[in-house]
Amino acid sequence: MDADDDSSNPMIDEIYANGDAAEGGGGEKRSRRLIISGDQFDIEAYASLYSGRTKIARLLFIADQCGDDNSAMQLEALRMAFDEIKKGENSQLFREVVNKIGGRLGLDYTMDVAWCEAVDRRAEQKKEKLDNELNAYRTNLIKESIRMGYNDFGDFYYAHGQLGEAFKSYVRTRDYCTTSKHIIHMCMSAILVSIEMGQFTHVTSYVSKAEQTHEALDQITIAKLRCAAGLAKLVSKKYKLAARKFLETAPELGSQYNEVIAPQDIATYGGLCALATFDRTELKTKVIDNINFRNFLELVPEVRELINDFYSSHYASCLEYLANLKANLLLDIHLHDHVETLYDQIRHKALIQYTLPFVSVDLQMMASAFKTTISELEKELVALITDNQIQARIDSHNKILYARHADQRNATFQRVLETGRGFDRDVRSMLLRTNLIKHDYNARSLSRKL
Amino acid sequence: MDPLEALVAQIQGLSSTPGDIARLHVILKQADDSLRSESTRLSSVLAQLAPSEHSLGFLYVLDAFTSGQISKQQAETTVPIITGFINACNAEQIRLAPEKFVLVCKRLKDQVMMLEAPIRSVGPLFTAARKLQLSTEHLTPLHSDFLLLCLLAKCYKTGLSILEDGIFEVDQPRDLFLYCYYGGMICIGLKRFQKALDLLHNVVTAPMSSLNAIAVEAYKKYILVSLIHHGQWQISTSLPKYASSVAQRSLKNFCQHYIELANSYGTEKIAELEAYVQTNTEKFENDNNLGLVKQVVLSMYKRNIQRLTQTYLTLSLQDIANTVQLNSPKEAEMHVLQMIQDGEIYATINQRDGMVRFLEDPEQYKTCEMIEHIDSSIQRIMALSRKLSAMDEQISCDQLYLSKVGRERQRYDFDDFDVPTKFNI
Repeated sequence: MDADDDSSNPMIDEIYANGDAAEGGGGEKRSRRLIISGDQFDIEAYASLYSGRTKIARLLFIADQCGDDNSAMQLEALRMAFDEIKKGENSQLFREVVNKIGGRLGLDYTMDVAWCEAVDRRAEQKKEKLDNELNAYRTNLIKESIRMGYNDFGDFYYAHGQLGEAFKSYVRTRDYCTTSKHIIHMCMSAILVSIEMGQFTHVTSYVSKAEQTHEALDQITIAKLRCAAGLAKLVSKKYKLAARKFLETAPELGSQYNEVIAPQDIATYGGLCALATFDRTELKTKVIDNINFRNFLELVPEVRELINDFYSSHYASCLEYLANLKANLLLDIHLHDHVETLYDQIRHKALIQYTLPFVSVDLQMMASAFKTTISELEKELVALITDNQIQARIDSHNKILYARHADQRNATFQRVLETGRGFDRDVRSMLLRTNLIKHDYNARSLSRKL
Repeated sequence: MDPLEALVAQIQGLSSTPGDIARLHVILKQADDSLRSESTRLSSVLAQLAPSEHSLGFLYVLDAFTSGQISKQQAETTVPIITGFINACNAEQIRLAPEKFVLVCKRLKDQVMMLEAPIRSVGPLFTAARKLQLSTEHLTPLHSDFLLLCLLAKCYKTGLSILEDGIFEVDQPRDLFLYCYYGGMICIGLKRFQKALDLLHNVVTAPMSSLNAIAVEAYKKYILVSLIHHGQWQISTSLPKYASSVAQRSLKNFCQHYIELANSYGTEKIAELEAYVQTNTEKFENDNNLGLVKQVVLSMYKRNIQRLTQTYLTLSLQDIANTVQLNSPKEAEMHVLQMIQDGEIYATINQRDGMVRFLEDPEQYKTCEMIEHIDSSIQRIMALSRKLSAMDEQISCDQLYLSKVGRERQRYDFDDFDVPTKFNI
């Protein structure tokens, strides 16, 4: 349908379309816009961006988020998850998915007990074999083999979904690492498992450990580490630092880190966090003029457009893009919890930026620029003024916002007088207390003397 | 000669020079008991003595005269005698026998309470306190009685005049507690909330080894006045570190309702606050704090309106009523009007449009009065600084302090700071 819409980030238009139909202004809006499509969220395209365990995790997340309203999508997601899991060795996850499907997808997608048992048996055998090998290596005290043995164990546990054990095994290889390559390998594995487990503190520590190795790392590894660090910061709500990390990622990474993150995600996360936290100069230098990051932004043209709109003060269209993207972003496993906060921050920044250059602003015009009603806008502005983010006062009678700059001189005088009074009070009570204590002490020592 | 007659003659004779007065004092002390036994004849004795010249003698006789039970009719006659004496007496002479003077004044207080006319003794006790004070910074037991009578007689302004003096010298901590507590109440009555807060703060943070009831009551009022004046009260920051540990631990246990009231105030929901006050009305009433609690609720409205002045230039009365959770624009108008009159906000009300226009504080800090005000503040603070340094010097020379410090100090060097042995107790 749209040439631009290459499986990168299709939108759920239903929600927007419903709102639009109610307003009755849907037609003209659509024709004016560059990128908008009526496609459903394409799960297959989305899932094809990822590989490995994260693919399954994401599909399951989408299925959970859809709930019962959108059962078509939910079943689609579960079906794909089922297929993925069958390719692997994780019987625990298999059982979970089958429970969730609950027989709704027909006989092909029911509990395959035989398969489960086969997988479990294979797992037992493999584990025994690995154990024996490892013991042999340990008695022989060959560092390299022991390291390989632990690595194999780690891989094994990871494939079977025992993430905690996997992490422990990977970490154990640390004592047997001889070259920096080994260390890097260990760090990357540890990071992967930590991200899957959701323990992002480990991620941060292993990223710094990897970055500290003496040898120069190759581009791809550096890019991977940046992504992982960015993710960790995002999850811990440090949006500014997350944005910086994502923006420093080299575009050569491409899809090579599919087991964790897709390049579209880097663009989206980086773009949104930057928009929510950077000021204008930073936004221009680090995002808009950033040639490297441009490669990522090409993959998600909506994000590119919305950043440009924000910078050039076309707030209405910027906020429209955001509204469209919202439904998709809520299905993303990492961004899900942060969408609301980021959106609020972006909206507030837009409001503040709008009022900054003016001495007085007509609220009617501002409301139409932001496509809200005057009373809604007034409420938002009052909140921002009370928070001291906008220096202005509202003339509610004429619906005008007047900029107001605090009078430094008067404020200083007031503070001075207040400080003087405070000092006066404090010293007087101190002197009084001193006298009381002295009197008390005198009385006591007098009685002691006697 | 009749011992009493002899005494009268001695009083009359030995009241002129300080040396004589000292001898008189000794004689009077010895004659004290005999005076008491002759209480019936004392009124005629009093008639012979002149209060202004023979103050000391008069005092002793008066003390003996009033020491028994006095009925209401007798009080009618004794009160004028005592007030006359207080007004006329000689300050140096009575300072030789301060306890007796205090005792006499206390009896005066009891008598006017019996007669239910506290106002009769407000003036006299004011004079009495001034005369007994060694300096304006000295607190006497009479101060607290005086303030109590002012409260009962509702003469707040007179009470305020004595509160204006800063107190630094205190003989009895209990006097201080009562003084500050009653003083706080007088300031609340005059709506001088900052001064009330200072006085109550002094009570609450005074050094005490065990909790007393005055401190508990003062703490309750402290919480309420704090809410009215500052609009906030946090239990975590309420008592500074220099408050006694006893106070810090146990005061809050006695003031549970007030702390809950403060928490409810902090949520900024007027409906909740009012509901809480409704349910606990009796408890507040028992503590005689209901009026103050009602003022707390009122102050919440005021604070909300003040917050509006920060965000709006003009606002309709209807909007004010909605934001501040009042019932109608009329009520909002009344509140705003009251606040403008009290000088708490600067605004003009446009009744035709039903709009209120908020103005900036017109104070420009450019007038001569302001310069004078700042100048006098600077002078005052410099004087206070000097006082602080003087006290510091005084304590460093104090014998007890030196002995305690000397004992605890380590000897680093053989010939380092050798504390003279006479300072070691």
